Amino acid sequence: MKKFNFRSFFGFESSATNELNYLKNKAEKSSDSCGGNCSCEDPKDENAIDTGALNKTVNRREALKFIRNTATAGAALASSSFSFGKEEKAERAGIKMDEYFKSNYRLMTDKEREASIERLERLSEIDHGVRPEIKGTKAQPNTLYGYAFNISKCQGYGDCIEACVEENNQDRKTNMQYIRMFEMENGHLDLEEGKADYTHMVPAEGHFYLGTQCFQCANPPCTTVCPVQATWQEPDGIVVIDYDWCVGCRYCEAACPYWARRFNWNEPEVPAKEINKEQHYLGNRLRTKGTMEKCTFCISRTREGLQPACAEACPTGARTFGNILDPDSELNYILKNKKVFRLKEDLGTEPKFWYYMD
Amino acid sequence: MHFLSFIKDSLAAATKGNKNFHLWMGVLSLFMMIGFYAYTVQLDEGLITTGMNDHISWGLYISNFTFLVGLAAAAVMLVMPAYVLHDVDFSKAVLIGEGLAVSALIMCLCFVTVDMGGPQNLWHMMPIVGIFNWPQSMLTWDVIVLNGYLAINVCIPAYILYSKYCGREPNKKIYVPLMYLSVFWAVGIHLVTAFLLAGLPARPFWNSSLLGPRFLASAFAGGPAFMILALGVIRKCTTYDIPAKTFNKMAMIITVAAQINLLMLGSELFKEFYTPTHHSLSAQYLFFGLHGHNALVPWIWTGISLNILATITLTFHKLRRNPVFLYPACLLLFLGIWIEKGMGLIVPGFIPSPLGEIVEYSPSWVELCVTVGIWSLGLFIFTLLVRVAIAVEQGNLRNPQT
Repeated sequence: MKKFNFRSFFGFESSATNELNYLKNKAEKSSDSCGGNCSCEDPKDENAIDTGALNKTVNRREALKFIRNTATAGAALASSSFSFGKEEKAERAGIKMDEYFKSNYRLMTDKEREASIERLERLSEIDHGVRPEIKGTKAQPNTLYGYAFNISKCQGYGDCIEACVEENNQDRKTNMQYIRMFEMENGHLDLEEGKADYTHMVPAEGHFYLGTQCFQCANPPCTTVCPVQATWQEPDGIVVIDYDWCVGCRYCEAACPYWARRFNWNEPEVPAKEINKEQHYLGNRLRTKGTMEKCTFCISRTREGLQPACAEACPTGARTFGNILDPDSELNYILKNKKVFRLKEDLGTEPKFWYYMD
Repeated sequence: MHFLSFIKDSLAAATKGNKNFHLWMGVLSLFMMIGFYAYTVQLDEGLITTGMNDHISWGLYISNFTFLVGLAAAAVMLVMPAYVLHDVDFSKAVLIGEGLAVSALIMCLCFVTVDMGGPQNLWHMMPIVGIFNWPQSMLTWDVIVLNGYLAINVCIPAYILYSKYCGREPNKKIYVPLMYLSVFWAVGIHLVTAFLLAGLPARPFWNSSLLGPRFLASAFAGGPAFMILALGVIRKCTTYDIPAKTFNKMAMIITVAAQINLLMLGSELFKEFYTPTHHSLSAQYLFFGLHGHNALVPWIWTGISLNILATITLTFHKLRRNPVFLYPACLLLFLGIWIEKGMGLIVPGFIPSPLGEIVEYSPSWVELCVTVGIWSLGLFIFTLLVRVAIAVEQGNLRNPQT
């Protein structure tokens, strides 16, 4: 039986549902006109889709443009009168200004996205001496990512955590980690009893290991609560954050039942030589203080057809990542043939992360 | 222009006073400056300078915000009897009550702003230029109700005072509908703030249908308690006469609200501890400590003791009508509810974390200084508003041309 949903009952569709509707509309539209994947896409149409997804009128864009132009003119005036001396400093100030007044990622046109990426790459070059390649790869069609974790294979080595930190350019100063590895006593499946801060040799006798991260819920409570729609679910099921749009209220962190979100309490630090240059706008690009971030199933890798860093790094083969919609994927084999379970299913968040044992 | 001279005269009335007044404002200004300095430190280095972390991501700021929403909502307890039930005994206090609501709301907005990781990005929340996640996010509802309530509570007294300043009776057709609106709106601001927390299944400690009603009960006790204290000071320091009847009636309201609040506390405790489940762990941590962690235990028992003591005192007619008991009881109640809504509600909601980990919280000096600074700002504004209101009501502030 279908569960009663308060929000949809009262017409408060969740952003995930909005997103789905919008994608459906988009698919229909493109198949009507010229059968989808072609280069004749009208840029105006792109605008219409973007604004439609967020129920916004063009007013917003015009207002933004006005503010941005005024502010940029002001900044130019200021920089000409004060004369920064170094050209780079002035360039940086200009980039910062343009970045500050840019729109939410989902409202930008493809052109605006490209321009922003160009600016962000240059900014990283100025600030960190490293010019990354930031991608804006979109969700692939017919893809819904999922993850399976074999609790009888995991030995608690923690290679996944290390690989995750390196891949995702997480703050080394506060030792931020997306993955939490719990050492659980045999016979208990209560996280309350688990220890995440073990330092002894693993595997420990009579224990098993249970890794957690963002479970990319199908019904994520974190996106609903965001006051500015800075976080949403992508069509391939990945919940992402627009770091530049986030206001840092941390409501999403309070709403997550799996403690999967992390906040940049200080200016994050990654040594220049350790910066991973293969980046994605919605993934592992360098963040600034005061914003939220989270596991994105390594969006920078997986949208290019690679495995997430944690799955690749696991020495025991406990981690399986794949496409739920692909009937031949290993993930689907596991879901069909193993005894799988999920954490806190009673909350109805529908995590796309399953545990199983051999 | 009468209005310009109204502003000018009001400023003069609000800023002229005796030595004690200037000392009071001076001390508040000093605290405000200290708070401002602490906030610049926080802006510079990030929220790492606070005691918060990924486990306890809301602390003293949001605690105070939650409490102050209640203080603002409490103005309705004066407005409703005075204008809706036509109870003249409240008429002398109602403008002061609205002044309290305005200052409490400004403090609320300050507390929310200092809690933001990116306050410079708050324009993202503005309709048209930004994106408002309405009606999904309860936080956007809160932004609407708080700012709306602030607007109502600025407009009504400003209109009434300005009319009196010009020497004419304020038009009831204009302000009475707004008064009615403010009554509903006041209930709204506190319910929405409660729903902000109660809507999170990830935090079983807040995920209770009693949270909203309990917020209202505690607000209608704590808010008027502060009002009685403020009116007591006004009565002592100025020639503005507030009849004893006003005090008695307000004390009655406080008593009933405090009793209902205790009743609800009892019902919450029963639910948490008669058949304790995993969802009771936060309550267990708060009241008795969990796995050797018990930082909040002294806080909550102090808060509850203050609440019980004050409620018992207020329950006896003889004690309630005697200022010797009434004022201390109101002070205790105010403090008790501040603890209960602050350290006793927001912080334990985060302990243990959704994955069962226990990390404790204590505010840093930055948080403490900023908090004291914002409270000083609130009291500063409240003092100014009250002085203008009293000057107009007493007829000391009149437009000479009318």
